[in-house]
Amino acid sequence: MSNNDKQRDDSRPSVELSELTLLSQDSDIAGSPRTRDQTARVQTEAKSQGKLIRERFFRHKGALAGITLLVLIFILAFSSIGFAGIPGWWDKEYDVLADRFNEGRPTLTLWPFSLGEHPFGQDVLGRDYFALTMRGTQTSLIIAFIVGLVAMVIGTTVGAIAGYFRGWTEAFLMRITDVVITIPTLVIAAAVAGIVAKAGIIPFALFLGVVTWTGLARLVRGEFLSLREKEFVESAKSVGASSARIIFRHILPNTVGVIIVSTTLAISGAILLETALSYLGLGVTAPDTSLGKAINDNRSALTVRPWLFLWPGAFIIGIALAVNFIGDGLRDAFDPKQTRVKQ
Amino acid sequence: MSSSTVVISDEQTPVHSGPILEVSGLGVEFNVDNEWVMAAEDVSYRIRPGEILAIVGESGSGKSMSSLALLGLLPRNGRCTGSAKMQGNELIGAPQSTLRKIRGNDIAMIFQEPMTALNPVLTVGEQIREAIEQHTELSPADAKKRAIELLLMVEIPEAERRYDSYPHQFSGGQRQRAMIAIALANDPMLLIADEPTTALDVTVQAEVLDLLRTLNKRLNSAVLLITHDMGVVADLADHVVVMEKGRIVEAAPTAQLFSSPTQDYTKQLLGAVPHLGSKVGGVLTDVEVVDGRLELHEEYAEEARRAQAEHSASGVEPALELVDVDIEYPGRFRQPAFKAVSGVSITINPGEVMGLVGESGSGKSTIARAVTGLIRTSGGSISINGTDITTLSARKLKPLRKRFAIVFQDPAASLNPRLSIGDSIGEPLLLHEKLGREELDKRVAGLLDDVQLPIAFRNRYPHELSGGQRQRVGIARALSLRPDLLVADEPTSALDVSVQAAVLELLQDLQRERGFACLFVSHDLAVVELLASHIAVLNKGRLVEQGSTEQVLKYPRDPYTRRLLAAAPVPDPQEQSKRREQRSIILAAGTTE
Repeated sequence: MSNNDKQRDDSRPSVELSELTLLSQDSDIAGSPRTRDQTARVQTEAKSQGKLIRERFFRHKGALAGITLLVLIFILAFSSIGFAGIPGWWDKEYDVLADRFNEGRPTLTLWPFSLGEHPFGQDVLGRDYFALTMRGTQTSLIIAFIVGLVAMVIGTTVGAIAGYFRGWTEAFLMRITDVVITIPTLVIAAAVAGIVAKAGIIPFALFLGVVTWTGLARLVRGEFLSLREKEFVESAKSVGASSARIIFRHILPNTVGVIIVSTTLAISGAILLETALSYLGLGVTAPDTSLGKAINDNRSALTVRPWLFLWPGAFIIGIALAVNFIGDGLRDAFDPKQTRVKQ
Repeated sequence: MSSSTVVISDEQTPVHSGPILEVSGLGVEFNVDNEWVMAAEDVSYRIRPGEILAIVGESGSGKSMSSLALLGLLPRNGRCTGSAKMQGNELIGAPQSTLRKIRGNDIAMIFQEPMTALNPVLTVGEQIREAIEQHTELSPADAKKRAIELLLMVEIPEAERRYDSYPHQFSGGQRQRAMIAIALANDPMLLIADEPTTALDVTVQAEVLDLLRTLNKRLNSAVLLITHDMGVVADLADHVVVMEKGRIVEAAPTAQLFSSPTQDYTKQLLGAVPHLGSKVGGVLTDVEVVDGRLELHEEYAEEARRAQAEHSASGVEPALELVDVDIEYPGRFRQPAFKAVSGVSITINPGEVMGLVGESGSGKSTIARAVTGLIRTSGGSISINGTDITTLSARKLKPLRKRFAIVFQDPAASLNPRLSIGDSIGEPLLLHEKLGREELDKRVAGLLDDVQLPIAFRNRYPHELSGGQRQRVGIARALSLRPDLLVADEPTSALDVSVQAAVLELLQDLQRERGFACLFVSHDLAVVELLASHIAVLNKGRLVEQGSTEQVLKYPRDPYTRRLLAAAPVPDPQEQSKRREQRSIILAAGTTE
């Protein structure tokens, strides 16, 4: 066998490889041992996963725009009217009735820029609509993110355990999931939400999370079922990796795409669910408000007082879009195959 | 080229003296991100009636794409230039409607994977009939008759009954025969066979190649054979075209190409192909054909048996010892449990390489997984350095895992796509030696160096590497804890020949240097011959033969081993044609024995 001369041949990468590989190979193999060692030192400090993910995320223009928008909305909503007793810079309260000024029309003008007395106008009762919208944004953000978080944690845990361990564990967990799916959310909500909602926004959000994790659990389980049969999982088992390590280090990172996409959907879904429940009088109750409730209260005003409809609508769209862009960016950031980043 | 000729006769020879297909200056390009990337360039060749032309090349050489282009079957982002004339009619740039008439009628195609090329919800017969009805006006009854004749022609037993079978009821070889029947349905003048035997076992491959050869002689249709396997080329082809990176490197008659290749690339390619019998000096030496009958030399057997007895009584504690191992896959519902391995005993001494050979379904991968504690045995014992691992709990087994490691077949699947190369290689070290960051980095760098990869690769991800590089990573990972036993499960079967040669060389060097024992699982006898000092042959879960490499290859005692050895094609046309005769006699003897 004349394999010997073939040896060097293979050290060159195949044609499918990118230019970068060719370059680094040349510098590494061609140089003398000493210079080779030096170049190696310079360019080969092992990078941590987290750093790579951060780098990829911040190169994603959409995600960057999304996170900027979301942070701005957060700052605006919480600093303007204050939160949990801390006063904000806006001088009006969302639950104070006042005389209507110019039929409650918005006083905001862009050129020349001025906020005026009521930049977003006033509602039929004369409440300042800017303060009301900010309060609604706070509520909706809190609810949406708690629901997303709770659904993600429960759904991923249940799905991962069921998909990885199979057997009776899977049967038991998936039957519970099926039961939760078969009970219509609105019915449970009708029975329980009224009581929970009175306790405050956070218990209400936790409750919504507890009933909406099922879709995620099924998706994650499906991913686990296919990934646990992959050879790299066997390879990890063969070196003695524990179940926890296999789940968290080997399988879970490969399901990040699915988890993030469904979580962003769950967040958008939570805003809508909260709206529906509030409409039925089971969610956020007056005088408190949320974006969904604000739209519902004023849905008949679209033709006569469109601003009552448009401002909260714009904020819902803004939040949902920002969340989706961030989700997109996170998914790509966690995927090492994503070398080209969307511009 | 009348499409209504459906005369069924063995002697249907088209009256054309010129070439059936004449390709000149064919180029194929793909649009990738608005850039045209060349897949094949300036490809020219011609095929005469009744001729078998082989296009050989490694993956990415453009051999498949340049052939798909003939039929207008390129993916959407592809385009082709140049000219391809089928009996004077231009194919390149012809409208789809014209090409559709030609496809399946004048030019037929056989694909690599018969399971995916056949529709699982239609019976095989219906699919052949469909191919006939597409291009002729035969009545359904006549078409069925013709379909059964085709099944008979491709040597499917009980063709009438098998007409109503579904693809899953056929074996792999039969499915490929059915595919050939579909391809031949309309007496094509040209048959394009794209890696027709790559997915098949060697013994089945030999049968399918025989079938292609006899059909080619009987029907006088030309065959364009696309393959990476030099053995298949040596066995079947009249002319060979060697392609590299989209260009034709060399074209010559088969005998000439193998005996005196002119181009460096061809020489390299031929040099990289493992040649069965090259190390031990010939195979099947104890079998001699005298007057068309099989003659065995019993004196070799005695010697072989003595050598084997000495080996097992050497007194060293074996690195791996399997005693009467049974492995069952549990049944489900009413299915009975499937016994994948039964009563297998193998002994590997420290520092020895044992080749475990068998065809698909023989249980060789199952044994590899059982040895590394990935699946449980249902009987017998597996001892590594004297410790029986079959009775250990997962917790007790864990510290032992340092002592053995496995290299998997498909390097693309066995590396976690989300872990960097450095993390993948470092994982066993992290789990067993609890090293600090700095120490770990140093060890990983050392391992990368051992498998001849640049240290910069530690920050890469598996998808950025080529197949051979990935397998080097797999080897580095397996060797990270300096195991006493390495299990290699077909480590090179997913790789191109030249890459395979390099990876085998690496494995050999590392083995020599570190002296670990190795269980090398493979379906390829030539590869095993190169590496292993001992060979065990498995057939349907049973060990049929075990002994030193020389003994098993030269003086095989078991009829199955003989069949296996006779079926493996060697990259040498003259030798291969001799082996073909030998094989037919061994087969004949096998049936009368």
